[in-house]
Amino acid sequence: MARAWLFGDDLDTDQIVPGRYAPFMVGQDKFHTYAFCDARPEFAKAVRPGDVLVGGENFGCGSSREYAVAALAKHGIGGIVAKSFARIFFRNCINLGIPVLESDDALTVVHDGDAVTLDLSAGLLRAPAGDVRLRPLAPFAQEILAAGGVVAYLREHGDFPPVA
Amino acid sequence: MSGSLPKTIAEKILSRVATRDAKAGDLVIVPVSRVMVHDSVIDAVIAGLRDLGRERVWDTTKVAVFVDHAAPAPTPVVADSHRVLREWVRAQGIATFYDAGEGVCHQIMVEEGYCEPGTVIVGSDSHSNSYGAVGAFGAGMGATDIAVALALGRTWLRVPESIKVTFTGKPRKGVTMKDAIMRVVREIGTDGARYACVEFHGAGSLPQGDRITLAGMTTEMGAKAGIVVATPEAPNWLFPDRGAAYANEVTVDLSALEPQIAVPPRVDQVVDVSAAVGQPIDVVFLGSCTNGRLVDMRQAAAVLRGRRISPEVRLEVVPSSRRQYEDAMADGTLLSLSAAGAVIGSSGCGPCLGRTGGVLAGQEICLSTANRNYRGRMGSADASIFIGSPYVAAVAALTGVIDDPRPYLEASDAEFDDLVARRRAERAGRGAASVRSGDRSRELMVAAARSGVAAEIDD
Repeated sequence: MARAWLFGDDLDTDQIVPGRYAPFMVGQDKFHTYAFCDARPEFAKAVRPGDVLVGGENFGCGSSREYAVAALAKHGIGGIVAKSFARIFFRNCINLGIPVLESDDALTVVHDGDAVTLDLSAGLLRAPAGDVRLRPLAPFAQEILAAGGVVAYLREHGDFPPVA
Repeated sequence: MSGSLPKTIAEKILSRVATRDAKAGDLVIVPVSRVMVHDSVIDAVIAGLRDLGRERVWDTTKVAVFVDHAAPAPTPVVADSHRVLREWVRAQGIATFYDAGEGVCHQIMVEEGYCEPGTVIVGSDSHSNSYGAVGAFGAGMGATDIAVALALGRTWLRVPESIKVTFTGKPRKGVTMKDAIMRVVREIGTDGARYACVEFHGAGSLPQGDRITLAGMTTEMGAKAGIVVATPEAPNWLFPDRGAAYANEVTVDLSALEPQIAVPPRVDQVVDVSAAVGQPIDVVFLGSCTNGRLVDMRQAAAVLRGRRISPEVRLEVVPSSRRQYEDAMADGTLLSLSAAGAVIGSSGCGPCLGRTGGVLAGQEICLSTANRNYRGRMGSADASIFIGSPYVAAVAALTGVIDDPRPYLEASDAEFDDLVARRRAERAGRGAASVRSGDRSRELMVAAARSGVAAEIDD
């Protein structure tokens, strides 16, 4: 079962992967092992595929570094639920196929270390203390996520999904 | 577009490039006039293009590539990455390539005229908002978005709501537009402009450098873009309509503005300088796309008055481009900063993001003129970063503490020396006092000349 990892407001990308551990500083095969190395040193060893990050406002703010998201993708993060997301981080997650979902309640219902289930089709994050409703994503973003990311989508379709 | 609602400047630009009537909240797919890529993400961009099955960029004349984020290369791994970047630039036939030492991508993009006003430019760096200094819709994106833009020459955007920021009055001596934008960040917060465009009014006639400071710092409020209205570069159609709708409006009276300080570890934790006076500082960084221009170096030199910085403080000056570097060299500013004890780094991002130059040790406290003070940003996660203007930076270098720069600019020489001596005396012993190289050899030469012995020390 997936585990929830809790974070607060304004979690910046320097916390996710500090600039000094960028792939081009430490190598493509190592950078993800520095995920949250300052903020939560136990993360990189303990995280399991499918685990869910839960945060507050402005999750992923700061640098545009996509390798922060790539590091999470390498760890197989199943999704991120936060009150709100920083814009570049949000795009990067959609592009790399990590579901990013907004919820006002997740941080109060879910506790760090909880066993959770991210049920995308039901739009729910199921936690021991109850279900958390997730705001649905725009169809444009859903289509890209369903393909596994923007590269896979474009390879298949040759162009962006239609906009309304 | 007659009959449509009044438009913000973002709506106007995006309607024009999308060739449809676009309003805040709409999703649009738009052509980009240029794509900016830098060394820090090049591996992922090349991989993205390869994964897309597109070996060639859509238009080699519209791509600008920079080596600035860790330049010159500090480690073999970085050097290899730079080599791969150069090979890619050559193979693609991209002429707009600026190698290590030419400067920060954003400074060059604006000062070398690569930002066409009224167009959309995407960059692989979060401070690509800087292009709004000349009326372009500049947006930072991640490597895969950039790879897609390089392949297609297009990107998708949600048309942003806009926040109107109006500046009135003129700042007093010793107060800068850096203080003005930090005042705005203090007001709006790090996510108060999330997904939005910050539209600056009352700033169009400011020098281009000040406008880069404003537009670039909108990133620290979460903005998608920051655009200065009524710049000299703007074509006549590029203005927000009267009656355009804004999500928020902020007015800053520059004449009443105090120097501002961002307190670690948040950019929006901003106080008037008076609340931070006496804060010890170990390292001062003057540089970055925010404040690494000739004017910034001149402001620092004006504070220093030919005096030496505190022997216990390290001052690193990194001009934001070769042009700024050479201008500061030509007018003597760099010489006076070096004589004061500054280390002058090669043009580029320098230690702003902790990858090269003088990275910070644990427990060290830095005063930076750059734009971010997150934990770990400039090196050790146990270092602290205060952010301020070049004037504040120079005073911190001089005294070893944060202080209001204005008295230093007004004081007589005697008062000035007294101010410096008092602040230095208050500072608890930190670091170690460094001798300035050149001092001893000059003393030896003088002594030799006095004793009549021919001096050969200089050889």
